[in-house]
Parts: sequence; structure tokens; C-alpha cells
Amino acid sequence: MTRYEYRGTGYAKWDDARTQYRSEFLTRLFRDMLRIRLIEEEIERRYNQDQMKTPIHLVIGQEATSVGSCAALRKEDLLYSSHRTHGNYLAKGGDLKAMLCEMHCRINGCAGSRGGSMHLIDKSVGMAGTSAIVGGAMPIATGAALAAQLQGLDRVSVVFLGDATTEEGVASESLNFAALKRLPVIFFCENNFYSVQSPLATRQPPREIYKWAAGYGIASVRVDGTNVLDVYEATREAVARAREGGGATFIEAPVYRFRAHGGAGDDSHTGYRDPAEREAWEKVCPVETYYQFLAKAGLIDAAQRERMRAEIMQEVFEAFDYALASPNPEEKDLYTHVYSN
Amino acid sequence: MPWDEGLVNSLVYDTPDPKTGRVLGYAKAINEALDIALEHDPGVFVLGQGVDDPGRMFGTTKDLQEKYGAARVFDTPLSEEGMMGVCTGAAMNGMRPVYMHNRPDFILLAFNQLVTHASKYHYMDNGQTTVPMVVWAAIGRGWGSGAQHSQSIQGLLLGVPGLKIVMPSTPYDAKGLMLAAIADNNPVLIFEHRWLMKKDGAVPEGLYTVPLGKGVYRRRGKDVTIVGASHTLEVALQAAGKLADEGIDAEVIDLRTLKPLDEQIIAESLKVTGRLLVVDTGWAMGGVCAEIGCLAAEKWFHYLKAPVRRVGLPDVPTPAGYTLEQFYYPDVQKISAVVREMVKK
Repeated sequence: MTRYEYRGTGYAKWDDARTQYRSEFLTRLFRDMLRIRLIEEEIERRYNQDQMKTPIHLVIGQEATSVGSCAALRKEDLLYSSHRTHGNYLAKGGDLKAMLCEMHCRINGCAGSRGGSMHLIDKSVGMAGTSAIVGGAMPIATGAALAAQLQGLDRVSVVFLGDATTEEGVASESLNFAALKRLPVIFFCENNFYSVQSPLATRQPPREIYKWAAGYGIASVRVDGTNVLDVYEATREAVARAREGGGATFIEAPVYRFRAHGGAGDDSHTGYRDPAEREAWEKVCPVETYYQFLAKAGLIDAAQRERMRAEIMQEVFEAFDYALASPNPEEKDLYTHVYSN
Repeated sequence: MPWDEGLVNSLVYDTPDPKTGRVLGYAKAINEALDIALEHDPGVFVLGQGVDDPGRMFGTTKDLQEKYGAARVFDTPLSEEGMMGVCTGAAMNGMRPVYMHNRPDFILLAFNQLVTHASKYHYMDNGQTTVPMVVWAAIGRGWGSGAQHSQSIQGLLLGVPGLKIVMPSTPYDAKGLMLAAIADNNPVLIFEHRWLMKKDGAVPEGLYTVPLGKGVYRRRGKDVTIVGASHTLEVALQAAGKLADEGIDAEVIDLRTLKPLDEQIIAESLKVTGRLLVVDTGWAMGGVCAEIGCLAAEKWFHYLKAPVRRVGLPDVPTPAGYTLEQFYYPDVQKISAVVREMVKK
């Protein structure tokens, strides 16, 4: 039984995309999504070898939300995230080697091995903070936006959250304060319908999440989370609103995770969701549907895609080799950065 | 409430010697610290429920909004966790928030952000981010405050790496420690005590800081070392005065900062007296008393001539009525009685 269906309309409305965007931009979005997909698949393939001793939360199926939204941001804009960080980190410009070093618990990881998969933080690219407590990053991103407002900067904060975050009290508190102060913050909600294995219907009454958010007095929209151009456009509008002093935006993007909440592989067979539901969503795979769209528009072909894949895989293998050859932290490293001077 | 206002006002504090300089009330000293910080650093902002209401947080935020504007001194929604997160996010991005709470009890609503976020980011991201923020609250006592309006929660936070905890006991320290806390690049909690808010003391003009992590002798003695902070230290000093009449010479150390803890001053004193009494506004179990007592057992056992003693709160919630409350808090009699037992030959 398919409990949650895809309700988007695909790329039909983007027939004029070629006139609206440069072709390099359009193909870059594809490459960025493909890259995240391939990196995630390689992490998954190797995960049970037990060299990455870190809890992973794969974004396979959720590439369009990270890539589409980050394409609308500047490097200095700040991205805050949850436990599901890989796509956010890579799309924001994070360094793959530093990410894989972090996931192998090496000293040269992006967080020196203290963060692991759930805390891929790199301020140099605006990957500003993550929280493994659901909703934890929401008020922090809101505070970052308050700082920008007080400092007179046109910097925007974006925080990624899931559907379950909207059940946390702090979500309401954050939306209320962001609305009150008209803060330049974007709440990007990837609604993937499941919190670990608990379906949305057991956690929330039947209601649209974006309408709930609108009740706080901020702009709120829903976009197709599998459609990278829809996501890009919604984020671009939200960013413009934020920079112009128009305040916060909530974006709900329904999307599906093709894998378990954590770890390698899918766990639909355990009974909390129907494998047929996943299969239905795989038919609207964000990477594949966008490829078909670009191919139809004459912007890419199978040979080009294969070349991209080969380039990316070479980068991925090199990065894994680099991580595996990187040094471990030492005992003395345990004690640094507890306090700042 | 008139009955307790009377009690607070009737407390006998040493009249400050006018020759030691300018005399200021405790709340005014904090007000002056905030004023200086707001003036010197555009990154500082002050927020909290009621910071711009007629009471102005005991007067500590008086005139600040008028002087620095509503963008930098503002009332907040009743969203303790959310606002603690907002402070964390602002602090991570170049600001220095001072988040004020009427009572520490309300900080318990914000433990997720304080304990699991603000105190951890600098470590979690390997030093990329700093979180310079001050969280201020005044411990309640009396007024029928009861179980939910008079908690001293420093003991709950003592074991959280990444936090600093400050508990001043004089107007001089209240100003100097506030300025040091604002200048510090870490999350710093300041727990004041309501019963100190009307205390007067010598307070220099202008900018000065009292270093975090340094205790101070308030009274020198050779028979017993009493360590503590905040209002309980005031009580300990009164007890020490009384004990002196009986020929018992107590040394009293004001820790000023519980975390980082000035272990050196305790060790130095204990080496002379060989007897340690720890006093605290909070529960004795698992708190400040317990930690310092354990340190004595672990590090200074060879100095000890008598068992370490604690005078904190019993393992009981605060009763609201004055009828039970009289048996609850550390007072001069309790402290004196314990010291007498300790020095008994």
C-alpha cells in the first residue's frame, strides 16, 4: 500500500528552462546531484566494511533539495542542518576529502574527527552548524539571522529540517521569533514522511505542513522536492525576500528517502512502509527525472553522463584513499577546543 | 510581598567604608556593567523577558533600552529554548548576547540548547566557532517561591564541559565578573541571588574585570576553611564572625567562579586549616558541595584533620511556606553548629 504518493507534476512546466537559464547552470545542477548520489552509493557500498565508524544518514533520493537550494545561495550565506548532513555539506561546497576523513574519524576531517557524519561543519563554505537533536539547529539559524540583521549584513541563513521537526516546540518558537523580527532566515523542510520508522500520520493530524507554518505569519510555500528547478526557484525567491528585508520563508519540499533512516540499505521490508511505496518514488528519482529533462532539451546525452560519472568516481576513489591514509588524532587532541581563549 | 521584602531589607550587611571609594547598590553595579559593555562593543545585546518592563530586572537593565535602542535591548517571547538557541546562533556569528532570566528555573526549559548545543559547538567543530554568550539569572528565595521558583541549578550544570559558571557575592564582583563574562569567548552562566540585590558595596567607576576562575579570601583564619559563593557566602561570613567570639578562627573563601574552579586557593587554605566545610545555595547531593568534597578526598586527603562537611540544601524540593522553609536553607546556626563539630577536640 502506498501511503504517501508523489503529488508533483515533473518538469513539464520547465519547457522554457533553456531560455531562462544558461545551459552550464542547468548541467551543473545535474552534475552536483549525480555527484552526491555517487558519493552516497560508494559510502553505502563500503559501510559494512566498518572503516567508517560513524552513524550515516544517506540522502539518496533527496539530492534535489540540497542542490537546488544551495544553488540559490552565496558562499557566505549560512547553512544549518540536522543529522542528515551529507547532501547539504556537499551542495554548499564542502570538501569531499575533509568529509570522508571526518567519517573515518581522522584528524584532518572537516571537524577534526569530533563531529562525524552528523556534524559535517565547515565555516569556510558557510556550512555553519548541525544538530543531531531534531529541531536543534532551527533557533540557531534564527539567531544567525538575528546577527546578520543587527550587523547590517545581507547574509541569509538557511536551516534544513524534516517533517518531524515541526512537531518540536522549538520549531514554533523559532518561527514565531523569525516572524516577529522579520529575520533573513529560510526554514527548508524536507518532508520525507517518516521519522525513523514512524509515519507522518501517526505523528500529525491531516494537515499541510506549509500551511501550519504560514500560521506564524511568514511566507510559506510547498514545492516538489524531487524537482531541482522548482527547489531552486522557491529558494531564490525566499533569498530575495530575506535580503530585501521581507523576512523569513518556510519551504516544504515533499521528497522520499530511498534508504533506511540510518545505515546502509533500505529497511522497508521490516514493515513500517511498503516497498512498493519506495518503488513508486524511485520512478520520480530526482537525478533520473532531471537527466531525462535535460536529455530531451538536448543539453546532455548518455555519453556525457558516462564521462561525468567516470570523473566523479575517480574523485571519490581518490578521496577514500586519501581518508584511509590520513592520520588518526592522538590523545592530546581530545583536550583541545573545550574552551576558547 | 511585604513580609519577605522586610526580611531582605533587615539583613545586616557590613556598611561599606566610604573611604574605600564609590559605593553602589548590587543591581546598579550590574546595570553599570551592562551599560559599559553595550557602549564599548556593538556586538553586545541584552535580551530577556521583562528587560524593558517597569521593574527592569531588579533595575539591572534600567535606562539601557532608552540609551541603546530596542534592537539591542529587548523583551522576548516566552520561548526559553528557542531564545537560548537564538543567542547561540547569534554568538556563533559575531555577537555577544546577554540573556537574562528572572529565575534559574526558567533556564531548565532551555537545557537542550544550553547543554547540548551552546556548550558543545566549539568542540564539535574543532574550534571553528566560538559561542561568547552570557546567561544570567537571579536565584529566588522566600516570597513563597516554592519548588519551581527558587531552584539553584549550578550543581546540575557543573558537570557540563564547555560551560563556565559564575556566582558573585559583592557589588564589586557582580560588575567585574559580568564584564569578564561578556568578554569571555565561551558560554558563561551567572547565577545571582535575589537577596544580594539590595546589598551596597564599593564599586569603582568605568571598566574593570574580575578574572573568571579565581577565588578570593574574604576572611583569614587557621581553624577551618569555609568555601562557597553567592548569598551562602554572606551567611558563612556572618557565622564566622559569631564563631570568632567563641574562639574559632574560620577562613572564608569566596570562589566567585564555580567553573573553572580555583582549586589552588582551596588547597592552599586547607594546608593550613586541615578542615573543609563547603556551603552552597543548591542541593548538597551531587552538586558543588559534593564535587569540592570529592576533590578534597582525592587530592588533599593528607591535609585533612577532620571529615569534610557540607551545608547545602537537603535532598528535598523547596517548600513554599515560610513555616517549613525556615528548616530548609543554610543559616548562621546550621553553619556554626557544623563548624563547632568539626573543630571539637
